[in-house]
Amino acid sequence: MIVAIIAILLKLVGVIFLFIAALGILRLSDPFQRMHAATKAGTLGAGLVVAGAMVAIGTVTAIVIGTLTVIFLLLTVPVAGHLLGRAAYVSGAELNVVSGRDALEGVLPRGGDRKG
Amino acid sequence: MIETVDSLLTGTAMVLLLLVMVPLAISAWRMIVGPGYANRFIALDMLTGVAVALAALTAVATGRRQFLDIAFGVALIGFIATCAFAALLERKGDGQ
Repeated sequence: MIVAIIAILLKLVGVIFLFIAALGILRLSDPFQRMHAATKAGTLGAGLVVAGAMVAIGTVTAIVIGTLTVIFLLLTVPVAGHLLGRAAYVSGAELNVVSGRDALEGVLPRGGDRKG
Repeated sequence: MIETVDSLLTGTAMVLLLLVMVPLAISAWRMIVGPGYANRFIALDMLTGVAVALAALTAVATGRRQFLDIAFGVALIGFIATCAFAALLERKGDGQ
């Protein structure tokens, strides 16, 4: 019983984090802020849901596969987010500067006018 | 007692499956509306996360633990897809 309650709580918190990530995707104003919401909250939400399913099923295979999935998500989503952010900056995506200045100006080429 | 716990788990998993449709729809909307490739690829990244969660919830809702393997596979494919799309975006330009 207590295991079931823990599993349900984990899944519920995960779904709430997915909602927060979707809210960020919907409401924030440029691709970089949206990516910030999607990578952090989205990873945490998906990881918690997988952990909840793993606890709910409870067999050894499920626990091994679930742990592997969570570790893989935690390892790869930051890398994928970094790649996407760099690509979006280099390709000249819209950037609403909130903290004063564009800190990457002159560090990375920003080819907004370069087509093809 | 065992059956009550089982039905509780599958019932909540089904309700959560319905709830996860909302982030799925929002990400799909962002993917359709854009604007620009950068937003679409970010929405795709988010969609793979939601798909992993959906597969895990389906594993609990149906009692077939093979769906956890599907969650692992979707996570693997999603990472490769995001890397490929990032390389495409960096080479091709035009983030607007």
